Amino acid sequence: MTAAVSFSGVSRHFGKVQAVDRVDLVVEPGEFFAMLGPSGSGKTTCLRLIAGFEQPDSGHIEIFGETAEGVPPYRRNVNTVFQDYALFPHFSILDNVAYGLMVKGIGKAERHRQAEEALALVKLPDYGARKPGQLSGGQRQRVALARALVNRPRVLLLDEPLGALDLKLRESMQEELKSLQRSLGITFIFVTHDQGEALSMADRVAVFNKGRIVQAGTPQEIYNRPKTRFVADFVGSSNVIDPDAMRYFGGEARCASLRPEAISLVRDGGVRAHVRSAAFLGAATRLGVTAGDVSLSVMLPAGQPVPEQGTEVGLTWAPGDVHYMDDAA
Amino acid sequence: MRSDTEATASLPLKIAAGAGIAFLHLPILLIFVYAFTTEEKSFQWPPPGLTLNWFSVAWNRPDVWQALSLSVKVASVATAIALLLGTLAAAAVSQTRFFGREAISLLVILPIALPGIITGIALRSAFSLADIPYSLWTIILGHGTFCVVVVYNNAVARFRRTSGSLIEASMDLGADGFQTFRHIILPNIATALLAGGMLAFALSFDEVIVTTFTGGQQATLPIWMLQELIRPRQRPVTNVVAVVVVLVTFLPILAAYYLTRDTDEIAGSGK
Repeated sequence: MTAAVSFSGVSRHFGKVQAVDRVDLVVEPGEFFAMLGPSGSGKTTCLRLIAGFEQPDSGHIEIFGETAEGVPPYRRNVNTVFQDYALFPHFSILDNVAYGLMVKGIGKAERHRQAEEALALVKLPDYGARKPGQLSGGQRQRVALARALVNRPRVLLLDEPLGALDLKLRESMQEELKSLQRSLGITFIFVTHDQGEALSMADRVAVFNKGRIVQAGTPQEIYNRPKTRFVADFVGSSNVIDPDAMRYFGGEARCASLRPEAISLVRDGGVRAHVRSAAFLGAATRLGVTAGDVSLSVMLPAGQPVPEQGTEVGLTWAPGDVHYMDDAA
Repeated sequence: MRSDTEATASLPLKIAAGAGIAFLHLPILLIFVYAFTTEEKSFQWPPPGLTLNWFSVAWNRPDVWQALSLSVKVASVATAIALLLGTLAAAAVSQTRFFGREAISLLVILPIALPGIITGIALRSAFSLADIPYSLWTIILGHGTFCVVVVYNNAVARFRRTSGSLIEASMDLGADGFQTFRHIILPNIATALLAGGMLAFALSFDEVIVTTFTGGQQATLPIWMLQELIRPRQRPVTNVVAVVVVLVTFLPILAAYYLTRDTDEIAGSGK
Protein backbone atom coordinates (compact mmCIF):
# COMPACT_ATOMS: atom_id res chain seq x y z
CA MET A 1 0.00 0.00 0.00
CA THR A 2 1.27 3.47 -0.85
CA ALA A 3 2.03 5.64 2.11
CA ALA A 4 -0.15 8.71 2.60
CA VAL A 5 2.91 10.84 3.21
CA SER A 6 6.53 9.82 3.07
CA PHE A 7 9.67 11.85 3.78
CA SER A 8 13.08 10.55 2.88
CA GLY A 9 16.07 12.51 4.13
CA VAL A 10 14.13 15.80 4.10
CA SER A 11 15.99 18.90 5.28
CA ARG A 12 14.94 22.52 5.47
CA HIS A 13 16.94 25.35 6.95
CA PHE A 14 16.19 29.04 7.53
CA GLY A 15 19.42 30.99 7.42
CA LYS A 16 21.66 29.14 9.83
CA VAL A 17 18.84 27.40 11.66
CA GLN A 18 18.39 23.79 10.65
CA ALA A 19 14.62 23.59 11.14
CA VAL A 20 14.23 20.10 9.70
CA ASP A 21 17.28 17.87 9.60
CA ARG A 22 17.29 14.70 7.43
CA VAL A 23 13.87 13.51 8.50
CA ASP A 24 12.52 10.14 7.40
CA LEU A 25 8.86 9.62 7.99
CA VAL A 26 6.05 7.40 6.78
CA VAL A 27 2.39 8.12 7.51
CA GLU A 28 0.00 5.32 6.56
CA PRO A 29 -3.32 6.02 4.85
CA GLY A 30 -6.18 6.48 7.29
CA GLU A 31 -3.82 7.00 10.19
CA PHE A 32 -4.20 9.58 12.95
CA PHE A 33 -0.62 10.74 13.20
CA ALA A 34 0.79 13.19 15.75
CA MET A 35 3.96 15.24 15.48
CA LEU A 36 4.95 16.04 19.02
CA GLY A 37 7.75 18.27 20.18
CA PRO A 38 8.68 21.52 21.91
CA SER A 39 8.47 24.77 19.94
CA GLY A 40 11.26 25.07 17.42
CA SER A 41 11.67 21.31 17.11
CA GLY A 42 10.73 21.28 13.43
CA LYS A 43 7.28 19.74 13.67
CA THR A 44 5.43 22.71 12.23
CA THR A 45 7.94 23.05 9.41
CA CYS A 46 7.28 19.40 8.55
CA LEU A 47 3.57 20.15 8.41
CA ARG A 48 4.21 23.14 6.14
CA LEU A 49 6.39 20.98 3.91
CA ILE A 50 3.43 18.63 3.44
CA ALA A 51 1.03 21.54 2.84
CA GLY A 52 3.43 23.04 0.30
CA PHE A 53 4.12 26.33 2.08
CA GLU A 54 7.74 25.31 2.36
CA GLN A 55 9.95 23.45 -0.06
CA PRO A 56 12.67 21.06 1.14
CA ASP A 57 16.32 22.03 0.60
CA SER A 58 17.12 18.39 0.09
CA GLY A 59 15.41 15.04 0.33
CA HIS A 60 12.20 13.77 -1.18
CA ILE A 61 8.54 14.05 -0.20
CA GLU A 62 5.74 11.92 -1.62
CA ILE A 63 2.02 12.35 -1.00
CA PHE A 64 0.11 9.22 -1.99
CA GLY A 65 2.94 8.18 -4.24
CA GLU A 66 3.24 11.50 -6.06
CA THR A 67 6.30 13.69 -5.81
CA ALA A 68 5.42 16.81 -3.83
CA GLU A 69 8.46 19.01 -4.47
CA GLY A 70 7.61 21.98 -6.68
CA VAL A 71 3.87 21.40 -6.43
CA PRO A 72 2.22 24.59 -5.10
CA PRO A 73 -0.22 24.36 -2.15
CA TYR A 74 -3.24 24.94 -4.39
CA ARG A 75 -2.47 21.84 -6.46
CA ARG A 76 -2.12 19.46 -3.52
CA ASN A 77 -5.00 17.35 -2.34
CA VAL A 78 -4.15 18.31 1.21
CA ASN A 79 -5.93 20.82 3.45
CA THR A 80 -4.88 22.54 6.62
CA VAL A 81 -6.63 23.65 9.79
CA PHE A 82 -4.53 26.61 10.86
CA GLN A 83 -3.54 27.35 14.41
CA ASP A 84 -5.26 30.75 14.32
CA TYR A 85 -8.01 29.19 12.13
CA ALA A 86 -7.38 31.86 9.44
CA LEU A 87 -11.06 32.33 8.67
CA PHE A 88 -11.66 35.04 6.07
CA PRO A 89 -13.11 37.92 8.10
CA HIS A 90 -14.99 39.50 5.18
CA PHE A 91 -16.88 36.33 4.25
CA SER A 92 -19.86 34.76 5.97
CA ILE A 93 -19.34 31.37 7.58
CA LEU A 94 -21.05 29.67 4.65
CA ASP A 95 -18.82 31.45 2.11
CA ASN A 96 -15.76 30.61 4.19
CA VAL A 97 -16.62 26.93 4.06
CA ALA A 98 -17.55 27.12 0.37
CA TYR A 99 -14.35 28.98 -0.58
CA GLY A 100 -12.42 25.94 -1.76
CA LEU A 101 -15.37 24.89 -3.93
CA MET A 102 -15.82 28.41 -5.27
CA VAL A 103 -12.25 28.71 -6.54
CA LYS A 104 -12.71 25.34 -8.23
CA GLY A 105 -15.61 26.88 -10.15
CA ILE A 106 -18.48 24.97 -8.57
CA GLY A 107 -21.82 26.76 -8.90
CA LYS A 108 -23.27 28.73 -6.02
CA ALA A 109 -26.23 26.45 -5.21
CA GLU A 110 -24.13 23.30 -5.23
CA ARG A 111 -21.25 24.70 -3.20
CA HIS A 112 -23.60 26.18 -0.61
CA ARG A 113 -25.35 22.83 -0.30
CA GLN A 114 -22.04 21.06 0.30
CA ALA A 115 -20.93 23.77 2.73
CA GLU A 116 -24.16 23.32 4.71
CA GLU A 117 -23.43 19.60 4.87
CA ALA A 118 -19.91 20.22 6.12
CA LEU A 119 -21.22 22.62 8.77
CA ALA A 120 -23.71 19.99 9.90
CA LEU A 121 -20.85 17.50 10.12
CA VAL A 122 -19.05 19.72 12.64
CA LYS A 123 -22.34 20.38 14.46
CA LEU A 124 -22.71 23.99 13.40
CA PRO A 125 -25.81 23.96 11.20
CA ASP A 126 -27.64 27.31 10.85
CA TYR A 127 -24.44 29.28 11.49
CA GLY A 128 -23.81 29.93 7.80
CA ALA A 129 -25.06 33.52 7.74
CA ARG A 130 -22.81 34.76 10.54
CA LYS A 131 -19.42 36.35 10.23
CA PRO A 132 -16.30 34.79 11.81
CA GLY A 133 -16.10 37.65 14.32
CA GLN A 134 -19.44 36.61 15.84
CA LEU A 135 -18.26 33.10 16.74
CA SER A 136 -16.47 31.78 19.81
CA GLY A 137 -13.04 30.19 19.58
CA GLY A 138 -14.44 26.68 19.65
CA GLN A 139 -16.96 27.46 16.94
CA ARG A 140 -14.32 29.05 14.74
CA GLN A 141 -12.25 25.94 15.12
CA ARG A 142 -15.18 23.85 13.85
CA VAL A 143 -15.68 26.18 10.90
CA ALA A 144 -11.99 25.87 10.02
CA LEU A 145 -12.42 22.11 10.16
CA ALA A 146 -15.52 22.20 7.94
CA ARG A 147 -13.78 24.52 5.48
CA ALA A 148 -10.95 22.03 5.09
CA LEU A 149 -13.09 18.88 5.02
CA VAL A 150 -15.54 20.17 2.41
CA ASN A 151 -12.75 19.77 -0.17
CA ARG A 152 -12.49 16.06 0.66
CA PRO A 153 -8.71 16.14 1.13
CA ARG A 154 -6.73 12.89 1.18
CA VAL A 155 -4.67 14.27 4.05
CA LEU A 156 -5.87 16.76 6.65
CA LEU A 157 -3.20 18.75 8.45
CA LEU A 158 -3.95 20.27 11.84
CA ASP A 159 -1.55 22.81 13.33
CA GLU A 160 -1.94 22.89 17.13
CA PRO A 161 -5.68 22.46 16.55
CA LEU A 162 -6.72 22.67 20.17
CA GLY A 163 -4.05 25.03 21.45
CA ALA A 164 -6.33 28.08 21.77
CA LEU A 165 -9.24 26.29 23.47
CA ASP A 166 -9.88 25.98 27.17
CA LEU A 167 -9.42 22.67 28.94
CA LYS A 168 -12.99 21.45 28.93
CA LEU A 169 -13.54 22.29 25.27
CA ARG A 170 -10.19 20.74 24.43
CA GLU A 171 -11.17 17.41 25.91
CA SER A 172 -14.51 17.23 24.11
CA MET A 173 -12.87 18.36 20.84
CA GLN A 174 -10.24 15.61 21.20
CA GLU A 175 -12.92 12.97 21.21
CA GLU A 176 -14.80 14.61 18.40
CA LEU A 177 -11.76 14.90 16.16
CA LYS A 178 -10.96 11.29 16.81
CA SER A 179 -14.43 10.04 15.92
CA LEU A 180 -14.59 12.36 12.89
CA GLN A 181 -11.33 10.92 11.65
CA ARG A 182 -12.59 7.37 12.12
CA SER A 183 -15.86 7.97 10.31
CA LEU A 184 -14.28 9.86 7.39
CA GLY A 185 -11.25 7.60 7.06
CA ILE A 186 -9.08 10.58 6.05
CA THR A 187 -5.43 10.63 7.09
CA PHE A 188 -5.05 13.20 9.88
CA ILE A 189 -1.64 14.62 10.71
CA PHE A 190 -1.58 16.98 13.63
CA VAL A 191 1.11 19.00 15.31
CA THR A 192 1.10 19.58 19.04
CA HIS A 193 3.39 20.33 21.93
CA ASP A 194 0.93 18.76 24.35
CA GLN A 195 2.03 15.20 25.04
CA GLY A 196 -1.29 14.27 26.66
CA GLU A 197 -3.12 15.31 23.51
CA ALA A 198 -0.74 13.37 21.26
CA LEU A 199 -0.89 10.21 23.35
CA SER A 200 -4.65 10.20 23.75
CA MET A 201 -5.60 11.00 20.15
CA ALA A 202 -2.99 9.56 17.83
CA ASP A 203 -2.54 6.08 16.39
CA ARG A 204 1.15 6.86 16.09
CA VAL A 205 3.33 9.64 17.42
CA ALA A 206 6.61 11.07 16.15
CA VAL A 207 8.59 12.91 18.81
CA PHE A 208 10.62 15.80 17.39
CA ASN A 209 13.66 17.48 18.85
CA LYS A 210 16.08 19.89 17.15
CA GLY A 211 14.74 19.21 13.68
CA ARG A 212 14.94 15.43 13.93
CA ILE A 213 12.53 12.65 14.82
CA VAL A 214 13.84 11.14 18.02
CA GLN A 215 11.32 8.34 18.23
CA ALA A 216 8.22 7.28 16.35
CA GLY A 217 5.78 4.66 17.46
CA THR A 218 2.44 3.98 19.09
CA PRO A 219 1.58 6.03 22.17
CA GLN A 220 2.17 2.93 24.32
CA GLU A 221 5.66 2.41 22.90
CA ILE A 222 6.56 6.05 23.33
CA TYR A 223 5.24 6.18 26.86
CA ASN A 224 6.48 2.83 28.14
CA ARG A 225 9.75 2.53 26.28
CA PRO A 226 11.16 5.99 25.59
CA LYS A 227 14.27 5.61 23.47
CA THR A 228 16.15 8.57 24.84
CA ARG A 229 16.24 10.76 27.86
CA PHE A 230 14.65 13.59 25.89
CA VAL A 231 11.60 11.49 25.05
CA ALA A 232 11.23 10.34 28.62
CA ASP A 233 11.50 13.92 29.87
CA PHE A 234 9.15 15.34 27.29
CA VAL A 235 6.51 12.66 26.96
CA GLY A 236 6.10 11.12 30.33
CA SER A 237 5.79 12.18 33.85
CA SER A 238 8.38 9.46 34.34
CA ASN A 239 11.27 9.73 36.75
CA VAL A 240 14.44 10.09 34.69
CA ILE A 241 17.38 8.76 36.65
CA ASP A 242 21.06 9.52 35.93
CA PRO A 243 23.60 6.69 35.52
CA ASP A 244 25.27 7.57 38.85
CA ALA A 245 22.00 7.48 40.75
CA MET A 246 21.03 4.26 39.02
CA ARG A 247 24.20 2.61 40.29
CA TYR A 248 23.45 3.99 43.76
CA PHE A 249 20.03 2.31 43.52
CA GLY A 250 21.73 -0.95 42.63
CA GLY A 251 21.04 -0.99 38.92
CA GLU A 252 23.19 -0.66 35.81
CA ALA A 253 25.17 2.57 35.49
CA ARG A 254 22.95 3.80 32.62
CA CYS A 255 20.32 6.43 32.21
CA ALA A 256 16.89 5.00 32.99
CA SER A 257 13.26 5.92 33.34
CA LEU A 258 10.96 4.69 36.07
CA ARG A 259 7.25 5.46 36.11
CA PRO A 260 5.90 6.97 39.34
CA GLU A 261 3.16 4.33 39.58
CA ALA A 262 5.79 1.53 39.40
CA ILE A 263 7.28 2.58 42.74
CA SER A 264 5.74 1.30 45.95
CA LEU A 265 6.40 2.22 49.56
CA VAL A 266 7.67 -0.17 52.22
CA ARG A 267 8.35 0.53 55.88
CA ASP A 268 11.61 -1.40 56.14
CA GLY A 269 14.33 -1.97 53.59
CA GLY A 270 14.19 -0.74 50.02
CA VAL A 271 15.89 2.47 48.95
CA ARG A 272 15.64 4.87 51.90
CA ALA A 273 14.04 8.21 51.04
CA HIS A 274 12.43 11.23 52.66
CA VAL A 275 8.98 12.54 51.79
CA ARG A 276 9.22 16.16 50.62
CA SER A 277 5.72 16.86 49.35
CA ALA A 278 2.35 15.28 48.79
CA ALA A 279 -0.25 16.38 46.24
CA PHE A 280 -3.73 14.91 46.30
CA LEU A 281 -4.88 14.22 42.73
CA GLY A 282 -8.20 12.49 43.40
CA ALA A 283 -7.58 8.98 42.15
CA ALA A 284 -4.08 9.01 43.57
CA THR A 285 -1.62 11.04 45.60
CA ARG A 286 1.65 12.19 44.07
CA LEU A 287 4.54 12.12 46.54
CA GLY A 288 7.76 14.00 46.02
CA VAL A 289 10.61 12.13 47.69
CA THR A 290 14.39 12.42 47.80
CA ALA A 291 16.64 9.40 47.97
CA GLY A 292 20.22 10.51 48.56
CA ASP A 293 20.30 13.58 46.34
CA VAL A 294 17.89 12.23 43.73
CA SER A 295 14.36 13.61 43.53
CA LEU A 296 11.69 11.13 42.50
CA SER A 297 7.95 11.23 42.24
CA VAL A 298 5.85 8.36 43.49
CA MET A 299 2.20 7.74 42.64
CA LEU A 300 0.34 6.41 45.63
CA PRO A 301 -3.04 4.81 44.76
CA ALA A 302 -6.05 6.14 46.68
CA GLY A 303 -6.79 4.27 49.88
CA GLN A 304 -3.18 3.88 50.95
CA PRO A 305 -2.07 5.89 53.96
CA VAL A 306 -0.20 9.03 52.95
CA PRO A 307 3.03 9.47 54.94
CA GLU A 308 3.69 12.81 56.65
CA GLN A 309 6.22 15.21 55.18
CA GLY A 310 9.74 14.53 56.43
CA THR A 311 9.08 10.85 57.24
CA GLU A 312 11.56 8.27 56.12
CA VAL A 313 10.15 5.64 53.78
CA GLY A 314 11.54 2.77 51.75
CA LEU A 315 11.09 2.60 47.96
CA THR A 316 10.89 -0.62 45.96
CA TRP A 317 10.20 -1.45 42.37
CA ALA A 318 10.37 -4.47 40.16
CA PRO A 319 13.62 -4.60 38.12
CA GLY A 320 11.51 -5.01 34.98
CA ASP A 321 9.96 -1.57 35.48
CA VAL A 322 13.32 0.12 35.07
CA HIS A 323 13.63 1.13 31.43
CA TYR A 324 17.21 1.85 30.31
CA MET A 325 17.77 4.29 27.47
CA ASP A 326 20.29 6.46 25.61
CA ASP A 327 21.52 9.44 27.58
CA ALA A 328 21.61 11.62 24.46
CA ALA A 329 18.87 13.96 23.39
CA MET B 1 -0.20 62.91 30.15
CA ARG B 2 -2.53 64.68 32.50
CA SER B 3 -4.22 62.78 35.20
CA ASP B 4 -8.00 62.33 35.23
CA THR B 5 -8.46 64.63 38.21
CA GLU B 6 -7.24 67.56 36.10
CA ALA B 7 -9.49 66.76 33.17
CA THR B 8 -10.86 70.28 32.80
CA ALA B 9 -8.53 73.05 31.64
CA SER B 10 -8.25 76.45 33.30
CA LEU B 11 -9.92 79.46 31.67
CA PRO B 12 -6.71 81.12 30.35
CA LEU B 13 -5.69 77.84 28.75
CA LYS B 14 -9.09 77.60 27.08
CA ILE B 15 -8.75 81.14 25.72
CA ALA B 16 -5.22 80.47 24.49
CA ALA B 17 -6.33 77.28 22.77
CA GLY B 18 -9.27 79.07 21.17
CA ALA B 19 -7.04 81.88 19.96
CA GLY B 20 -4.62 79.37 18.48
CA ILE B 21 -7.34 77.62 16.56
CA ALA B 22 -8.78 80.93 15.38
CA PHE B 23 -5.34 82.02 14.17
CA LEU B 24 -5.06 78.80 12.19
CA HIS B 25 -8.47 78.89 10.57
CA LEU B 26 -9.67 82.52 10.24
CA PRO B 27 -7.42 83.20 7.24
CA ILE B 28 -9.13 80.34 5.41
CA LEU B 29 -12.48 81.97 6.07
CA LEU B 30 -11.09 85.26 4.71
CA ILE B 31 -10.31 83.55 1.43
CA PHE B 32 -13.90 82.38 1.21
CA VAL B 33 -15.23 85.86 1.94
CA TYR B 34 -13.00 87.53 -0.68
CA ALA B 35 -14.40 85.24 -3.32
CA PHE B 36 -17.63 87.21 -3.00
CA THR B 37 -16.23 90.75 -2.75
CA THR B 38 -17.18 93.46 -5.26
CA GLU B 39 -13.75 95.02 -5.12
CA GLU B 40 -11.28 93.51 -7.60
CA LYS B 41 -7.82 95.10 -7.23
CA SER B 42 -6.76 94.80 -3.61
CA PHE B 43 -8.05 92.83 -0.66
CA GLN B 44 -9.98 95.41 1.31
CA TRP B 45 -11.57 94.71 4.69
CA PRO B 46 -14.47 94.78 5.19
CA PRO B 47 -15.52 93.98 1.59
CA PRO B 48 -17.41 96.97 0.16
CA GLY B 49 -20.12 94.69 -1.24
CA LEU B 50 -20.90 91.05 -1.98
CA THR B 51 -21.45 89.48 -5.41
CA LEU B 52 -21.59 86.06 -7.09
CA ASN B 53 -20.22 87.63 -10.25
CA TRP B 54 -16.70 86.17 -9.86
CA PHE B 55 -17.98 82.64 -10.13
CA SER B 56 -19.25 83.26 -13.65
CA VAL B 57 -16.09 85.19 -14.56
CA ALA B 58 -13.96 82.29 -13.37
CA TRP B 59 -16.22 79.86 -15.25
CA ASN B 60 -15.53 81.72 -18.52
CA ARG B 61 -11.76 82.04 -18.16
CA PRO B 62 -10.00 79.44 -20.37
CA ASP B 63 -6.77 79.64 -18.35
CA VAL B 64 -8.65 78.45 -15.25
CA TRP B 65 -9.98 75.46 -17.15
CA GLN B 66 -6.57 74.67 -18.59
CA ALA B 67 -4.92 74.71 -15.19
CA LEU B 68 -7.74 72.72 -13.64
CA SER B 69 -7.68 70.06 -16.31
CA LEU B 70 -3.88 69.75 -16.08
CA SER B 71 -4.12 69.34 -12.30
CA VAL B 72 -6.86 66.74 -12.54
CA LYS B 73 -4.92 64.79 -15.16
CA VAL B 74 -1.70 64.89 -13.13
CA ALA B 75 -3.41 63.95 -9.88
CA SER B 76 -5.38 61.08 -11.46
CA VAL B 77 -2.44 59.51 -13.24
CA ALA B 78 -0.06 60.03 -10.30
CA THR B 79 -2.62 58.43 -7.99
CA ALA B 80 -3.12 55.49 -10.33
CA ILE B 81 0.62 54.92 -10.54
CA ALA B 82 0.94 55.29 -6.77
CA LEU B 83 -1.83 52.74 -6.17
CA LEU B 84 -0.13 50.19 -8.36
CA LEU B 85 3.46 50.68 -7.20
CA GLY B 86 2.64 51.47 -3.57
CA THR B 87 0.57 48.30 -3.19
CA LEU B 88 3.20 46.14 -4.83
CA ALA B 89 5.98 47.61 -2.67
CA ALA B 90 3.88 47.21 0.48
CA ALA B 91 3.10 43.60 -0.41
CA ALA B 92 6.76 42.83 -1.02
CA VAL B 93 7.95 44.49 2.17
CA SER B 94 5.28 43.05 4.46
CA GLN B 95 4.77 39.58 3.01
CA THR B 96 8.28 38.43 2.21
CA ARG B 97 11.73 38.47 3.69
CA PHE B 98 14.58 39.44 1.41
CA PHE B 99 17.98 41.03 1.58
CA GLY B 100 17.75 44.84 1.88
CA ARG B 101 14.08 44.88 2.84
CA GLU B 102 14.49 47.50 5.56
CA ALA B 103 16.58 49.67 3.25
CA ILE B 104 13.91 49.53 0.54
CA SER B 105 11.24 50.37 3.07
CA LEU B 106 13.24 53.45 4.10
CA LEU B 107 13.99 54.48 0.51
CA VAL B 108 10.30 54.33 -0.41
CA ILE B 109 9.36 56.56 2.51
CA LEU B 110 12.28 58.98 2.02
CA PRO B 111 10.66 61.28 -0.60
CA ILE B 112 8.02 62.37 1.90
CA ALA B 113 10.59 63.10 4.60
CA LEU B 114 12.80 64.94 2.11
CA PRO B 115 11.94 68.63 1.56
CA GLY B 116 10.03 69.00 -1.71
CA ILE B 117 12.63 71.43 -2.95
CA ILE B 118 15.30 68.72 -2.83
CA THR B 119 13.10 66.29 -4.72
CA GLY B 120 12.31 69.06 -7.20
CA ILE B 121 15.92 70.08 -7.84
CA ALA B 122 17.04 66.48 -8.06
CA LEU B 123 14.39 65.60 -10.62
CA ARG B 124 15.02 68.79 -12.62
CA SER B 125 18.74 68.07 -12.93
CA ALA B 126 17.98 64.46 -13.80
CA PHE B 127 15.55 65.51 -16.52
CA SER B 128 17.96 68.00 -18.06
CA LEU B 129 20.81 65.50 -17.83
CA ALA B 130 18.74 62.88 -19.63
CA ASP B 131 17.44 65.52 -22.10
CA ILE B 132 13.81 64.86 -21.22
CA PRO B 133 11.58 67.79 -22.24
CA TYR B 134 9.06 69.04 -19.69
CA SER B 135 5.64 67.55 -20.22
CA LEU B 136 2.61 66.25 -18.42
CA TRP B 137 4.67 63.16 -17.62
CA THR B 138 7.54 64.99 -15.92
CA ILE B 139 5.02 66.52 -13.50
CA ILE B 140 3.38 63.14 -12.94
CA LEU B 141 6.76 61.58 -12.23
CA GLY B 142 7.54 64.28 -9.67
CA HIS B 143 4.21 63.82 -7.94
CA GLY B 144 4.55 60.05 -8.11
CA THR B 145 7.53 60.20 -5.74
CA PHE B 146 5.42 61.26 -2.78
CA CYS B 147 2.07 59.79 -3.85
CA VAL B 148 3.60 56.31 -3.79
CA VAL B 149 4.64 56.86 -0.17
CA VAL B 150 1.11 57.71 0.96
CA VAL B 151 -0.38 54.61 -0.64
CA TYR B 152 2.54 52.49 0.52
CA ASN B 153 2.21 53.61 4.15
CA ASN B 154 -1.51 52.90 4.24
CA ALA B 155 -1.19 49.57 2.48
CA VAL B 156 1.76 48.40 4.57
CA ALA B 157 -0.13 49.11 7.80
CA ARG B 158 -3.09 47.09 6.56
CA PHE B 159 -0.93 44.24 5.26
CA ARG B 160 0.73 43.99 8.67
CA ARG B 161 -2.67 43.65 10.33
CA THR B 162 -3.85 41.10 7.78
CA SER B 163 -2.80 37.74 9.05
CA GLY B 164 -0.37 36.05 6.71
CA SER B 165 -2.16 32.79 7.27
CA LEU B 166 -5.21 34.14 5.40
CA ILE B 167 -3.20 34.06 2.20
CA GLU B 168 -1.85 30.63 3.03
CA ALA B 169 -5.35 29.42 3.87
CA SER B 170 -6.58 30.63 0.50
CA MET B 171 -3.79 28.84 -1.36
CA ASP B 172 -4.35 25.77 0.78
CA LEU B 173 -7.98 25.71 -0.27
CA GLY B 174 -7.01 25.64 -3.92
CA ALA B 175 -6.89 29.31 -4.95
CA ASP B 176 -3.97 30.34 -7.16
CA GLY B 177 -2.18 33.68 -6.77
CA PHE B 178 -4.66 35.67 -8.84
CA GLN B 179 -7.74 34.20 -7.12
CA THR B 180 -6.15 34.82 -3.73
CA PHE B 181 -5.49 38.44 -4.65
CA ARG B 182 -9.01 38.98 -5.94
CA HIS B 183 -10.98 37.22 -3.22
CA ILE B 184 -8.82 37.64 -0.12
CA ILE B 185 -6.13 40.32 -0.40
CA LEU B 186 -8.05 43.01 -2.30
CA PRO B 187 -11.16 43.04 -0.04
CA ASN B 188 -8.89 43.25 3.00
CA ILE B 189 -6.80 46.19 1.79
CA ALA B 190 -9.51 47.99 -0.22
CA THR B 191 -10.35 50.70 2.31
CA ALA B 192 -6.66 51.34 2.98
CA LEU B 193 -6.08 51.75 -0.74
CA LEU B 194 -9.08 54.04 -1.07
CA ALA B 195 -7.82 56.20 1.78
CA GLY B 196 -4.28 56.20 0.45
CA GLY B 197 -5.47 56.98 -3.05
CA MET B 198 -7.61 59.92 -1.92
CA LEU B 199 -4.75 61.37 0.08
CA ALA B 200 -2.38 60.94 -2.84
CA PHE B 201 -4.86 62.71 -5.11
CA ALA B 202 -5.24 65.59 -2.64
CA LEU B 203 -1.48 65.93 -2.17
CA SER B 204 -0.84 65.98 -5.89
CA PHE B 205 -3.69 68.43 -6.52
CA ASP B 206 -2.21 71.23 -4.40
CA GLU B 207 1.49 70.53 -4.87
CA VAL B 208 3.58 73.58 -5.79
CA ILE B 209 7.26 73.10 -5.06
CA VAL B 210 8.06 69.90 -6.93
CA THR B 211 5.80 71.06 -9.77
CA THR B 212 7.73 74.32 -10.12
CA PHE B 213 10.85 72.32 -10.86
CA THR B 214 9.36 69.63 -13.05
CA GLY B 215 6.61 71.45 -14.94
CA GLY B 216 8.51 73.91 -17.11
CA GLN B 217 6.04 76.47 -18.52
CA GLN B 218 2.96 74.43 -17.64
CA ALA B 219 0.74 75.72 -14.85
CA THR B 220 -1.17 73.37 -12.60
CA LEU B 221 -3.97 74.92 -10.61
CA PRO B 222 -1.92 75.94 -7.53
CA ILE B 223 0.82 77.37 -9.72
CA TRP B 224 -1.72 79.30 -11.73
CA MET B 225 -3.05 80.74 -8.46
CA LEU B 226 0.41 81.81 -7.41
CA GLN B 227 0.83 83.65 -10.72
CA GLU B 228 -2.62 85.23 -10.42
CA LEU B 229 -1.88 86.69 -6.98
CA ILE B 230 0.87 88.82 -8.50
CA ARG B 231 -1.56 90.24 -11.06
CA PRO B 232 -3.91 92.86 -9.60
CA ARG B 233 -6.68 92.20 -12.17
CA GLN B 234 -9.78 90.16 -11.28
CA ARG B 235 -8.22 89.04 -8.02
CA PRO B 236 -11.36 87.44 -6.56
CA VAL B 237 -11.24 84.85 -9.38
CA THR B 238 -8.25 83.37 -7.58
CA ASN B 239 -10.33 83.16 -4.44
CA VAL B 240 -13.13 81.44 -6.30
CA VAL B 241 -10.63 78.86 -7.53
CA ALA B 242 -9.20 78.58 -4.01
CA VAL B 243 -12.64 77.71 -2.69
CA VAL B 244 -12.88 74.99 -5.32
CA VAL B 245 -9.42 73.68 -4.44
CA VAL B 246 -10.26 73.56 -0.74
CA LEU B 247 -13.40 71.57 -1.47
CA VAL B 248 -11.70 69.25 -3.93
CA THR B 249 -8.81 68.44 -1.57
CA PHE B 250 -10.59 68.62 1.76
CA LEU B 251 -13.45 66.27 0.98
CA PRO B 252 -11.25 63.31 -0.01
CA ILE B 253 -9.10 63.79 3.10
CA LEU B 254 -12.19 63.89 5.26
CA ALA B 255 -13.52 60.76 3.56
CA ALA B 256 -10.19 59.03 3.97
CA TYR B 257 -10.21 59.92 7.65
CA TYR B 258 -13.64 58.43 8.21
CA LEU B 259 -12.87 55.33 6.20
CA THR B 260 -9.77 54.45 8.19
CA ARG B 261 -10.59 56.08 11.51
CA ASP B 262 -11.15 52.82 13.34
CA THR B 263 -8.45 50.89 11.59
CA ASP B 264 -5.12 52.63 11.27
CA GLU B 265 -3.49 56.00 11.00
CA ILE B 266 -3.48 57.96 7.80
CA ALA B 267 0.23 57.93 7.45
CA GLY B 268 1.92 60.77 5.66
CA SER B 269 -1.01 63.16 5.72
CA GLY B 270 1.31 65.90 6.93
CA LYS B 271 2.94 66.73 3.63
